[in-house]
Amino acid sequence: MTDNTTDNTTGTSTGSTTPGRRLPVTDLSLVVLIGASGAGKSTFARRHFKPTEVLSSDFCRGLVADDENDQGASGDAFDVLHYIAGKRLAAGRRTVVDATSVQSDSRKQLIELARRHDVLPIAIVLDVPEDVCAERNAARADRAGMPRRVIQRHQRELRRSLRHLEREGFRKVHVLRGVAEVEGAEVVTERRFNDLTHLTGPFDIIGDIHGCASELETLLDRLGYVDGAHPEGRTAVFVGDLVDRGPDSPGVLRRVMGMVADGTALCVPGNHENKLGRYLKGRGVQHTHGLAETIAQLEAEDARDPDFRARVREFVDGLVSHYVLDGGKLVVCHAGLPEKYHGRTSGRVRSHALYGDTTGETDEFGLPVRYPWAEDYRGKAAVVYGHTPVPTATWLNNTICLDTGAVFGGRLTALRWPERELVDVPAERVWYEPTRPLRTDAPGGHDGRPLDLGDVHGRRAVETRYAGRVTVREENAAAALEVMSRFAADPRLLPYLPPTMAPSATSRREGYLEHPEDAFAQYAADGVARVVCEEKHMGSRAVVLVCRDADVARERFGVGGTSHAGSGGAGGPTGALVTRTGRPFLGDPDRTEQVLGRVRDAADAAGLWAELDTDWLLLDAELMPWSLKASGLLRSQYAAVGAASGAVFPGALDALEAAVARGVDVRDLLGKQRERAADAAAFTDAYRRYCWPTDGLDGVRLAPFQILAVQGRSLAGMPHDRQLALIDRMVEHDGTGLLRTTRRLYVETGDADSVRAGVDWWLEMTGRGGEGMVVKPVGALVRDGRGRLVQPGIKCRGREYLRIVYGPEYTRPENLEKLRGRTLGHKRSLAIREYALGLEALDRLAEGEPLWRVHEAVFAVLALESEPVDPRL
Amino acid sequence: MFLTISTTGTPERPATDLGFLLHKHPGKAQAFSTSYGQAHVFYPEATAERCTAALLLEVDPVALARRVRGATKGRGGAADAALAQYVNDRPYAASSLFAVALSTVFSSALRGVCKSLPERAAEPLPLRAEVPALPARGGARLVRALFEPLGWTVSADPVPLDERFPEWGDSRYVRLVLDVPDGRLTLSEALRHLYVLLPVLDDAKHYWVSADEVDKLLRAGEGWLAGHPEQKLITNRYLARRWSLTREAMERLELARLADADDTDVEEIDNAVAEDEGPDAEDKPAPLAEQRRDAILAALGAAGAARVLDLGCGQGQLLQALLKDARYTEIVGVDVSMRALTVASRRLKLDRMGQRQAERVTLRQGSLAYTDKRLKGYDAAVLCEVVEHVDPERLSALEYAVFGSARPRTVLVTTPNVEYNVRWESLPAGHVRHGDHRFEWTRAEFRAWAERVTHQHGYTVEFVPVGPDDPEVGPPTQMAVFTQTQTQTQTPNDRTGQNTQNTQSTKEAKAA
Repeated sequence: MTDNTTDNTTGTSTGSTTPGRRLPVTDLSLVVLIGASGAGKSTFARRHFKPTEVLSSDFCRGLVADDENDQGASGDAFDVLHYIAGKRLAAGRRTVVDATSVQSDSRKQLIELARRHDVLPIAIVLDVPEDVCAERNAARADRAGMPRRVIQRHQRELRRSLRHLEREGFRKVHVLRGVAEVEGAEVVTERRFNDLTHLTGPFDIIGDIHGCASELETLLDRLGYVDGAHPEGRTAVFVGDLVDRGPDSPGVLRRVMGMVADGTALCVPGNHENKLGRYLKGRGVQHTHGLAETIAQLEAEDARDPDFRARVREFVDGLVSHYVLDGGKLVVCHAGLPEKYHGRTSGRVRSHALYGDTTGETDEFGLPVRYPWAEDYRGKAAVVYGHTPVPTATWLNNTICLDTGAVFGGRLTALRWPERELVDVPAERVWYEPTRPLRTDAPGGHDGRPLDLGDVHGRRAVETRYAGRVTVREENAAAALEVMSRFAADPRLLPYLPPTMAPSATSRREGYLEHPEDAFAQYAADGVARVVCEEKHMGSRAVVLVCRDADVARERFGVGGTSHAGSGGAGGPTGALVTRTGRPFLGDPDRTEQVLGRVRDAADAAGLWAELDTDWLLLDAELMPWSLKASGLLRSQYAAVGAASGAVFPGALDALEAAVARGVDVRDLLGKQRERAADAAAFTDAYRRYCWPTDGLDGVRLAPFQILAVQGRSLAGMPHDRQLALIDRMVEHDGTGLLRTTRRLYVETGDADSVRAGVDWWLEMTGRGGEGMVVKPVGALVRDGRGRLVQPGIKCRGREYLRIVYGPEYTRPENLEKLRGRTLGHKRSLAIREYALGLEALDRLAEGEPLWRVHEAVFAVLALESEPVDPRL
Repeated sequence: MFLTISTTGTPERPATDLGFLLHKHPGKAQAFSTSYGQAHVFYPEATAERCTAALLLEVDPVALARRVRGATKGRGGAADAALAQYVNDRPYAASSLFAVALSTVFSSALRGVCKSLPERAAEPLPLRAEVPALPARGGARLVRALFEPLGWTVSADPVPLDERFPEWGDSRYVRLVLDVPDGRLTLSEALRHLYVLLPVLDDAKHYWVSADEVDKLLRAGEGWLAGHPEQKLITNRYLARRWSLTREAMERLELARLADADDTDVEEIDNAVAEDEGPDAEDKPAPLAEQRRDAILAALGAAGAARVLDLGCGQGQLLQALLKDARYTEIVGVDVSMRALTVASRRLKLDRMGQRQAERVTLRQGSLAYTDKRLKGYDAAVLCEVVEHVDPERLSALEYAVFGSARPRTVLVTTPNVEYNVRWESLPAGHVRHGDHRFEWTRAEFRAWAERVTHQHGYTVEFVPVGPDDPEVGPPTQMAVFTQTQTQTQTPNDRTGQNTQNTQSTKEAKAA
């Protein structure tokens, strides 16, 4: 059906045709041939349609009964026919039913079938004289015995039906009278009206205007239109709701109708046009929801342009519910459309395109609750729509709503296609008070839909672009829900949580459990030639979101909307400083703001805002000292071990020495206990290195090591050398001593000298008590030869530091040997899954997806952190 | 971990008899296998005047971790649970594990059996026991309270956590020296005191103690535990320990891991259920809690509610009260804490409840930081002492979830009145009533908040004092009764999402 060149200017062509006339038949439709036995339906079908398009009842009788004329098998045969027809229609294939279909009951089933699949039912009637039918049947061996009265009955039924076919629901009816007309007819395939796949634009799709004529003119101007035409030949596409509520609906109509007539614009109807159309046809409609304003404006117009109403009526009447454009890559409609309705034609599709889907509930403002169809949408075509006012236009699952509430004082928004750029102009004023506020204070209300438990709760699979589906188990989601709800920072300020990191493969080297040579070797095996070794500071992981000011935080992250008892400062927060499980690092919001202020000043002085073209930064960092956050743990666990061992050994060693002096053979035991005492002392030394007292921000240090994201961009793929250069400049420009650089060394994994230098660097650093280092591919976001994500970092922890993790005595050969049995597989897999989720969160953030989409990925990271895995890894 | 026991003697009754009593020769060093590692017994001194036996247990941390893991399931060979399992004081402190070693190594002495010197075993003797690192929850004071009534002279010096950081204060260990003069205690009694009281003082939560050890523990208390002034504490700690051990192995792992990931004590986040309120704890509500419940029940009754949400149901006290009243046909308890829900389920005895009763009540995890479709369409919601547990900057989410999304006809909110705090004698000035309270409101603040909510979401509000309404500072608890003003035209049967056949008026509404 690709070879058709028919124009689509005609309306529904029904009624009788003259001999030789073309019979337009829509490319996706259910064609019902109607005629008595022997009228020539099968011959007609063969001549005009592909053999696979035609389903004949005779053939189906044969399928189920081995006899094409076994009338007793008709019931089963039609079941089969309907079933096959249903499959074809669901797949979007035109289907021709070759049965007598002279009874209204049989046609009714076919019309229902067409409706169920949202395709047009088309009737082609072959009205051939009884004699001819009888003659043809007589010539066929298998029908020779058919009584004449059967044909007579068919003819009677056909006659009775003719007048009712349109009322029965056929959208086109072609009646061919007599043999000549049947034989002279020519079927021409016609596109559906909504099928404009051949138009490739480029387009400028414009959201709900609602009579805001002046804003429309401003927007068209910004888009480059000159008096309704674009010098580069772009086409405007209006998503409907041109009228009602606003100050000048006639002005908008005049502009849009003019552009559509000139071929510089397309327009789909909104529910408001639909209602206006009914009003203009004289039907009884309530003059609510802004229609009264339009009626008054039209009345004012009457004197100047008496013909205008009629033209509007005609224009609205001719609007097609939705368009499929640009080779099927783009669907434009008013209220959004699930994929199964794209390019379909039925009352249901039209209703859906105009009104959208609702849940049947009403919200607190008495308005219908709309079913969030876009959240389920997985279609290939981008769906651009309007209808539901949203605070900002954001992409969600390849759909975007352009109704940004211009008439309610919001903005009038356009989308450039295929560029996918948003262009908008602010409303000149609030033209109409909204029934429901455009946004709520709740997290996510900022972009239209607050966070819902369904986004995070229970067993879930999160789609990521880097590692496919990541599954979260129910019990892990449950734990994350508790932590996220009770302890985490405001989810709006929590667009990212850091992934866990796997250690290097277990070292076989004597005295070591981890050693950098294994990390270098692993990256070499993954095809990563150049890595960066970054010093670990033995602080606590921290994620820092810092905005240029509170207004930016409000604008970009939707926080600080309303101030109420107890909430932050007058200006609201300017960001967040959170731990790896999303908890605010510092209990005191003012202190957090102080830290953010210092980071902001450093970014200011380093000129990062302009350089990165952003007004906020998301940083991955370490915050020191460790004792700042971990003090509870230090006391209950680490210092406790130190205290207990410090208390017990002097007495125990004295007792053993006394026993030895008495000649009791406990020499071995004494030696062992001395070693244990030394190990315990080393343990105490190990944790002490990471503790120091702080007073306010004095003594607090922050070492950022990656800029994760800026406005509109994830920087997760920016190479670490460039990252660190930017961060170094921030540190240089920090006058407060808060920021620390991260020492680093670049290593070529294939170069033995370079590897040795890396090992020496690590030995030197950890020998002085350093925590260790993280080895990362310089390229940051790297895949291996098989296209899988490579670990974004591998940690090599210092020998002394590992005492804190594996216990004071882990370095003893027998203990090391046992510990070498550790398995890393699960930790590595977890690290990759969390990394993919983190990347996903950053990408969703960058693409301006709604909060719940970003939060879904962030929450999943937290949930995975509660998966069972050896905590010492 | 290490302990010494000394006695003094005379040429007639030499101190070295201790060797006979303990069944361990003073001239030899002996080693024994126990479930947690090698135990060694040796004598640093052994003269007729003075004899000291030392018990040293070399705890095998790996064996320890394996034992704990046995109670749960690891995955992919990975060890499970928290890091605390691996780095802990067990190898050094005289913990509950020590009791096990004590009973293994000195089992006869513990029972007072001595074949060589049967008469000496029944005789009291002067004793000194030293435990250089004794974990003691409750500190030196409790150590004294436990040992002194038994005849011991107690010296218990707290051990500092880290002398490098004096600001960290004392650790939970004490250096314990116990003395008893001749004529008071037999060695068996002394050993049984240690055997029972060391684990009681340790009060550790992270280690599994098997049921038969628990029985042994009880037997060891014979003859002295019944008359001990701290008998209740001793028994409670031991029982609580047994209960929490089994429970923890099953329930807290996910949260423990999240705490671990954040270098945090699990207690800091797994604190939704107060320490001392186990399901077995006697249900004696504080008078104020009772008054609060009465006020809530009265308000629910006045509102004519039948289908009720208890949002933040905690351990289910209110649910229990609602269940007793047949007019509440559907009772839904929601809490974000799985532990709280488990405790609530036990409190309500859901598993033993008759089917008709059980059908009236549902417990589910939920969070008011999110909208929740399952909460729509109820008559009333109760938020009893909930809002003050939410960070102020996250209250807007709760407001929307309750008043904007769930939208019950009636909403009851109770919260402390901070003005009243001056009337609590035990509450230091400027302190909130509960460690997890993120704020406490004055009456004016509460009203301002409530009124803003009513305007935003279409409710009216009335305020009800709960508890004695002090003329100066008001009542201890303040309650707001919100009532929805906009009547809804919800049609519960029309939720299929297919509305193409809707009436004209519905379509018009959609056009908005």
